[in-house]
Amino acid sequence: MDIILLLFIFTLAAFLGVELIAKVPSQLHTPLMSGSNAISGITIVGALLATMHNPQGTMAMILGFAALVLATINVVGGYLVTDRMLAMFKKKGGK
Amino acid sequence: MDTSILINFFYIVSAILFIYGIKMLGSAGTARRGNRVSSIGMLIAVIVTLIDNQVFESWVWIVAGIGMGSLIGFVAAKKVQMTSMPELVALFNGFGGLASLFVGWAEFQKVIDAKTAEFVDVSGSSIDSFTASAVFLAVIIGGVTFTGSVYAWGKLSGKISGQAKIFAGQKAFNMLLALGMLVSGVLFVSAPGADLAFIYFLVFMVLSLLLGIFGVMPIGGGDMPVVISLLNSCSGLAACAAGFVIQNNVLIVAGCLVGASGLILTIIMCKAMNRTLPNVLFSGFGATAQKAGGKQEGEMKAISGQDAYFVLEAASSVVFVPGYGMAVAQAQHAVKELGEILEENGTEVRYAIHPVAGRMPGHMNVLLAEADVPYDQLSEMDDVNPIMSTVDVAIVIGANDVVNPAAGDDPSSPIYGMPIINVFEAKTVFALKRGQGAGFSGLVNRLFFGENTRMLYGDAKATITDLVAQFKD
Repeated sequence: MDIILLLFIFTLAAFLGVELIAKVPSQLHTPLMSGSNAISGITIVGALLATMHNPQGTMAMILGFAALVLATINVVGGYLVTDRMLAMFKKKGGK
Repeated sequence: MDTSILINFFYIVSAILFIYGIKMLGSAGTARRGNRVSSIGMLIAVIVTLIDNQVFESWVWIVAGIGMGSLIGFVAAKKVQMTSMPELVALFNGFGGLASLFVGWAEFQKVIDAKTAEFVDVSGSSIDSFTASAVFLAVIIGGVTFTGSVYAWGKLSGKISGQAKIFAGQKAFNMLLALGMLVSGVLFVSAPGADLAFIYFLVFMVLSLLLGIFGVMPIGGGDMPVVISLLNSCSGLAACAAGFVIQNNVLIVAGCLVGASGLILTIIMCKAMNRTLPNVLFSGFGATAQKAGGKQEGEMKAISGQDAYFVLEAASSVVFVPGYGMAVAQAQHAVKELGEILEENGTEVRYAIHPVAGRMPGHMNVLLAEADVPYDQLSEMDDVNPIMSTVDVAIVIGANDVVNPAAGDDPSSPIYGMPIINVFEAKTVFALKRGQGAGFSGLVNRLFFGENTRMLYGDAKATITDLVAQFKD
């Protein structure tokens, strides 16, 4: 893919991120952080590609596999723990 | 249709779901659904990545990797106590950072593997300078994130002392690490195909791992909210850099969103302490015992649980101000019980939460939510301060610097200028505290010597349970 195009995507995403987060109330900061932390586990896609596209048993493939395990922990653990936290946030009277 | 177009189309769908998910995380009513929306985005990204004809050769590895990771992640997420949430988030952060480091490394390793495996001329098999720069960034950001997060995890979980550690020439040493990283990075990028490239690669990787440790070392426990936010941002940026390495747009978008959100949280946390980011990162705050502040007039006046009960029983409005001490004592459930009993007694109950109370942003909110305190009872500092003078009793539970009046009126105090919850304006203040020692910053808290302040010594949980018992009698 074109490098300039990638940089373009990067710039737009940065501005979008700033806009999205700026208004989050402080009571939601912890779930926001652990939820966005889970999103940073998107590197799992890179890990999958590295595991698949390198000949088995090569160092590159093993690195991909290690990345896959770590990124999966990040993704699965991150989403589950965020869900567990948010399940506890209740309005008064509501169950 | 070309599968790469199809795959990229679904990556766009994932990106949209991430954006919507984060947006929905921004309000309490939709936050849980938002998290699910973003997890579906992740699932789609993973599934379409697996639409690949090479998946059949390596499916064993993929199943094993995802299986192991899911199991560990699942157990960790289910077992963790809410009070240990900062540690877990730090640890997950570190894993994400290390994963991005490995993804960057694997792309570079591919070239080396090809060279050693084949004895043909491989002068053409090299990565270009742009990819090399991206590899450099993914590795150093991922490296700093990894060791920094693990070190922060150690501090937060008490495995390493939470105190800031400083030594002579620390700043110069860290500068040297960063400089070495930069130099080896430039050498690496200028000739990524050269024989020496791997040496340069190892040098900046090791230096980044060291920088993570030595960077977090001078930062004390009370400044952890800033550090965790910053590391969160870094883990996103590392994923983003890995996206540039493999030229994948979903990594770039998602990583960048996380990078931006972490950075904003970092800035919010710094503002809440009225300090700049460099000051938090480099000053070794709290490591030097504060001799300044002078003698304190008056003395701390203790109160018995029974007298405290009489005061509370007559109060018509009560504000709880929790701090890290509440987390340590696991007192949130007891606090909630006391709050409920007070409400039944006709008292107006509020919880005032300082943005940097605890060890990560929003830490106290999560604990009180765990104890079933409805979130509309939790007030932010700016909402509670104007009415503080009308409050009958403010109960400070294991909070210290965030209620220290010196921040408002003592220019010689290191925390001067930091916005605080003005509990000293309340008619009566009960301060729950283990002993007479100073807080994280090592500062004497004048609040505890105030005319209207009464100290309730002992374990916060035991003290509050005792008060609850008296109400029940």
